[in-house]
Amino acid sequence: MLNLYTRRRTLNAVGLTVSVLAMLFGLFWLCWILITLLDHGLPALAPVVFEQMTPPPGSAGGLLNAIAGSLMMTLIGTLIGTPIGILAGTYLAEFGQRGWLAPITRFINDVLLSAPSIVIGLFVYEVYVVHVRHFSGWAGALALSIIVIPIVIRTTENMLRLVPTTLREAAAALGAPQWKIVNFITLRAARAGIITGVLLAVARISGETAPLLFTALNNQFWSSNMDQPMANLPMVIFQFAMSPYEDWQKLAWAGALLITISVLTLNILARVIFRQSATTH
Amino acid sequence: MPMFSHEARLKRQAVFDLLFRSLTRVSAFGVLALLVAIIVSLVVGSMPAIHAFGFGFLTSSDWDPVKDKFGALIPIIGTLATSGIALLIAIPVSFGIALFLTELSPRILRRPLGIAIELLAGIPSIIYGMWGLFVFAPLFADHVEPWLNKHIGAISYIGPFFSGPPMGIGILTAGIILAIMVIPFIASVMRDVFDVVPAMLKESAYAVGATTWEVMWNVVLPYTKVGVAGGIMLGLGRALGETMAVTFVIGNAHELSKSLLMPGNSISSALANEFTEAVGDLYTSSLIELGLILFFITFVVLSIARFMLYQLGLREGQVT
Repeated sequence: MLNLYTRRRTLNAVGLTVSVLAMLFGLFWLCWILITLLDHGLPALAPVVFEQMTPPPGSAGGLLNAIAGSLMMTLIGTLIGTPIGILAGTYLAEFGQRGWLAPITRFINDVLLSAPSIVIGLFVYEVYVVHVRHFSGWAGALALSIIVIPIVIRTTENMLRLVPTTLREAAAALGAPQWKIVNFITLRAARAGIITGVLLAVARISGETAPLLFTALNNQFWSSNMDQPMANLPMVIFQFAMSPYEDWQKLAWAGALLITISVLTLNILARVIFRQSATTH
Repeated sequence: MPMFSHEARLKRQAVFDLLFRSLTRVSAFGVLALLVAIIVSLVVGSMPAIHAFGFGFLTSSDWDPVKDKFGALIPIIGTLATSGIALLIAIPVSFGIALFLTELSPRILRRPLGIAIELLAGIPSIIYGMWGLFVFAPLFADHVEPWLNKHIGAISYIGPFFSGPPMGIGILTAGIILAIMVIPFIASVMRDVFDVVPAMLKESAYAVGATTWEVMWNVVLPYTKVGVAGGIMLGLGRALGETMAVTFVIGNAHELSKSLLMPGNSISSALANEFTEAVGDLYTSSLIELGLILFFITFVVLSIARFMLYQLGLREGQVT
């Protein structure tokens, strides 16, 4: 009996120790990566990074064109993807109770949510780049918007489902037509949650590289023409980090730090907004 | 007259209703259309390669742009091997993290630690790649790989997998970095799944004297096994399709080697490296067929994951 008791206690102690170690293991990588980024990125993050264009190897320069390109494509990708995502998410939550469309869409959307982003890049290449015969900022924004849509659909539906039915019924009892109920009551009640979803989507696409490889490509020069190949931070980081030139690698670290800071800030901001709305309700 | 205008207003509202509902319906339908469009465009794009190589494409290890001979075996093996290594590491660690977050952690730490793990998922994959190439791979080559060579390389059967020149980049490195990337996904699904277990069940087990470990192993895990498996499949889906992190550290060599320390190639890294430089229709088309294969594999894996998670009524993407 005693033997069994000790064995059970030992097993428990071992299991729980391993669990604590697993947690530390997870945090260890997060800290290591962040410290590396600060260590290499901060010294490289001079004002010149925001003032000059990406340089040819061996000369000084910055990342201005890449930052601008990334901002433009992220903005346009979000602007295309968000309305479609909100509308489709609204359908799933408000109108899709009956019929086949909602369950299938929900399922496909959840699969697309984790689909490999490089395949999205291939798709946009096939349907757009091949036909216009050149890489362009539009193609990049299009690929990013396809990544935005499933994220926004998922959060919009989840958030609309949190809105109490009594709210809808109260509006309906006052004689409001359905489009008004959805637009002015439920969507408004779920606003903070939906904004959270959009912010998470922006965070996701601002670090995406794979879908831009075959769409926006890259551009060494300043270009605000969306119909031309467009510089963007992830591609510049990829190209510069893989190069043997030291100043290029330095700029890549600066860019990596910038991207990580903005992505993590967006992530935390999204959570803060969501939490605030959750406590005020 | 007032009656008439009232009716007109009602009718107008009905029209608006119909319009708005159709608009949302069309958007939802757009998601299905998107999926069909992706599949069709990939199939059309890979037609030349399908005609040229048929099913032999899947089993051939050729990759010769000069002679226009292509096969998918090496990238497929690379993708499966890296993802397999990633899961071997990530499953136990994720279980430990989820156990810690649901049962052990002090209440105040639960939220910040959960967020920290989710931030690990938020770091863009290109950052993992850069960090892997510049920081992790050199350390791995200097300290871990010689050790593997010396101690495990001599053992029969598994030895050959761990012997080879310590270069730092290769299948094993890619697998380890993938593991770090999928841990947050699997861990957060597991945590959400564990939270679903009714407190009554756990309390009953504690009441008859079960230890925390026994409650996890004999009560929580059996109750949630479908969801846990779903979370693992979700992580697998992520690992299979991951591109940038793998591209940096896998070495991009179209060679079939038994050793996990040798450079290899995965479907996504082959695409990332070669697609924009591919010359000739057959080369491009073979790469697109690789993309099609990747999409097919991940689609199947993610579908299974979803079915499993639906059974527990869970969905990814819920902000907690």
